Amino acid sequence: MLTLGPIFRALLRNKVGALLIAIQIAFTMAIIVNSVFIIIERSQETKRPSGIDEANSFFVNSSGFSENFSAKATIEEDLANIRALPGVIDAIQINAIPVSGSGWSMGLQTEPGAEHDGVGTAVYMVDERGINALDVQLLAGENFSASDIRWRGNSASDWPDKIIVTEAMAKRLFPDLDYAQTIGKTVYINDTEPMIITGVIDKLQAPWVGWNNVDNSFLSPEYLERDSSSYFIRTEDGQRDEMMKQVEELLSANKSRVVQNMRSVDYVRERSYRGHNAMIKILSTVIITLTIVTSLGIVGLASFSVNRRKKQIGIRRALGATKADILHYFMTENLIISAFGVLLGAALTIGLNMVLVNALSLTPMSWFYIPVGMLVLCLVGQAAVFGPARKATSIAPATATRTV
Amino acid sequence: MFGYYLKLAVKSIKKNALLSMLMVLAIALGIGASMTTITVNYLMSANPIPDKSTQLFYVQVDSWDPHNAFNDDNGDPPNQITWTEANNLFNAQQATKQVVMAKSGGIIVPENQDINPFQASIRLTTGDFFTMFDTPFLFGGGWQLASDQQREQVIVLTKRINDKLFGGENSIGRTVLLAGQNYKVVGVLDAWQPMPKFYDVNNGAFDESEEVFIPFFLKETYELPNWGNTNCWKSPEGEGFKAFLQSECINYQMWVQLNSEQEKSDYLAFLNNYVSEQKALGRFPRDMNNQLLDVMGWMENQQVVEDDAKMMMWMSFMFLVVCLLNTVGLLLAKFMGKSAEIGLRRAIGASKRDVFIQHIIEAATIGLLGGLLGLALAMFGLVGIKTLYGDFVENLVSLDWVMAFTGIGIAIVASVLAGLYPTWRACNIAPATQLSSQ
Repeated sequence: MLTLGPIFRALLRNKVGALLIAIQIAFTMAIIVNSVFIIIERSQETKRPSGIDEANSFFVNSSGFSENFSAKATIEEDLANIRALPGVIDAIQINAIPVSGSGWSMGLQTEPGAEHDGVGTAVYMVDERGINALDVQLLAGENFSASDIRWRGNSASDWPDKIIVTEAMAKRLFPDLDYAQTIGKTVYINDTEPMIITGVIDKLQAPWVGWNNVDNSFLSPEYLERDSSSYFIRTEDGQRDEMMKQVEELLSANKSRVVQNMRSVDYVRERSYRGHNAMIKILSTVIITLTIVTSLGIVGLASFSVNRRKKQIGIRRALGATKADILHYFMTENLIISAFGVLLGAALTIGLNMVLVNALSLTPMSWFYIPVGMLVLCLVGQAAVFGPARKATSIAPATATRTV
Repeated sequence: MFGYYLKLAVKSIKKNALLSMLMVLAIALGIGASMTTITVNYLMSANPIPDKSTQLFYVQVDSWDPHNAFNDDNGDPPNQITWTEANNLFNAQQATKQVVMAKSGGIIVPENQDINPFQASIRLTTGDFFTMFDTPFLFGGGWQLASDQQREQVIVLTKRINDKLFGGENSIGRTVLLAGQNYKVVGVLDAWQPMPKFYDVNNGAFDESEEVFIPFFLKETYELPNWGNTNCWKSPEGEGFKAFLQSECINYQMWVQLNSEQEKSDYLAFLNNYVSEQKALGRFPRDMNNQLLDVMGWMENQQVVEDDAKMMMWMSFMFLVVCLLNTVGLLLAKFMGKSAEIGLRRAIGASKRDVFIQHIIEAATIGLLGGLLGLALAMFGLVGIKTLYGDFVENLVSLDWVMAFTGIGIAIVASVLAGLYPTWRACNIAPATQLSSQ
């Protein structure tokens, strides 16, 4: 530590070079720490479970078009046929697919009246086999019975009397109650229409992965009487792809409809999170490239400074400085520069995070990212300077006797 | 003299190849990253209809919930209108041109039995659509106001659907069986894909245009389904399709063409007047809040440029700053390393100005090389973006000449700026001290 003074004074003689590296380290830190923060946040989001058996589920759309097409008869027949296929665990008609990006949302409130605010929630219209087909757990209350299921006409605007909500939704509606205590409670849809919570399921995500209320959804006991209808199918483990083929064949046999958009849940999940995954990859590339660029910059400048100080190093060696002393000198010099850089970097990092939070509604980062980032960048600096510093130790004491 | 300095620059770059390469690479990376993100942002925020964007206005009226604004953040009126407004405002014909529209879909059963029936997306619209938005026609044209009013079963096909149904022939006068009804083909569009798809950003600002176009009011006649975003603040009164149309649900868009400030203020006055009339009928419970935004204003209002794209652009600018700082440092090291040579040149008569020009040219040469390499990297970057995001960005990842020259320009300007301080230091090397130390 005795050497700190001379090193610092020597640094002041070449302020600009040192300052440049320090600023570069500061910017690098701001970008890297914010990127790491975004990457971690995004990857946590992409890993959130949707609640359904994603690996073994798929869905398909059937659109009838001929004049005598009967939606009701076709749906009943299709479901019976698909459920009868060996390899299929269950199949339902549904109005929207979790994590797919398109669906239906409503507001539920605990008091009737237009003046009360509703809690946004996704709606899944399913029959009594919905819980089994979606592979969700009933935590409390009971499932719909076959007689609860009604046919929802085109443009119907009223709602069934019973609903099953997710645990998250139950807690949002009744924050003071345990989820089990919400069974039998009345909630209101369309401001005034009452519905009774008859069951609570563990988890079922809304179709929109970027939605604030992504964990809010409820099951509504109904079939949709529509010419265009979607089926959701869950298969035995590993049977999905085979079943997709079979279901397509089965449905296509009826020529009065178009069978389309057969997709696995894995596929829609990948699509829904594609932006997130792309961002993660891009930011990772940025982090790696930036670390390399900054390291190379440090290497370049340190090598230059070693070259300029050849004579000085030679003299020190001639006067008795060991190789370790020389190494120590350059490493310490870099540490001083880095320390200055990361202090500036801490401020820049917070600044950039504030800009991102303000402009793009990101959540503010946790404090510990800053010290970790400071430490990591100091280590990067030390690693980068090690090469040139080692080269400096190989300068012979005899250099001192030469003039250049 | 320029040629000579260029030669000196090249020589100097070669002499210290590793350091020079580092600089070129740093600039290239910075430029490559920035160019990639600028291109995406530039295409996302491009003016899709430059000739008329200031004359086309998106119509918004506030028919929303008395207790809650449609948009809590800024109090903007709803982003779509109800069927009632679409009808009333269209029938009033108060603007030079006006169009009301919605998205729908239906099954097309081709005449040719070899082609399977398929689902097509429909743009329900009115005849002015084609002239207002300057759509290019391969055959025929749009329809007239009379067709809208009389609900004629006419259809305009996109090139893709015409190729599919009629093998690309001139199909004017032929019929298409769509959603159970026969439509007479009156026009076939040439390839047309406004970017962003400004006429309906509520349903995906970068989505493909719809496949067929039919008169808007047929929605009521044949009860065509609602595609795209539908929002309701209260549920329809009564059952059935008619009740839905008469409800306060918004699923429709309206554009007007207004050629002057006068026309615009007249139209706004008309809207205010209309809303007052509706208030008298018990609708429009909120304060008067009508809005007419032109194309670019509407794109801005709807935040068509994705947050992720903006974030990446800012990050890449900071990345460029790091690369430039790196270059400043390395140039400084390089020029200082040449101090003996510079001192000598100064001593034998080179002026400060000569030394300055020489080194700026060297910095610019490095910038040019970095820019060229950066451009190549940007092309890689765009291919990368396309691989990562898929078809969604199909129309957002092409590098045009403007962007290419901008990129090289930025690279040169940036590296000259980066070279200023090192060059200034180089000029100030005193001839005498360098000579004496030799």
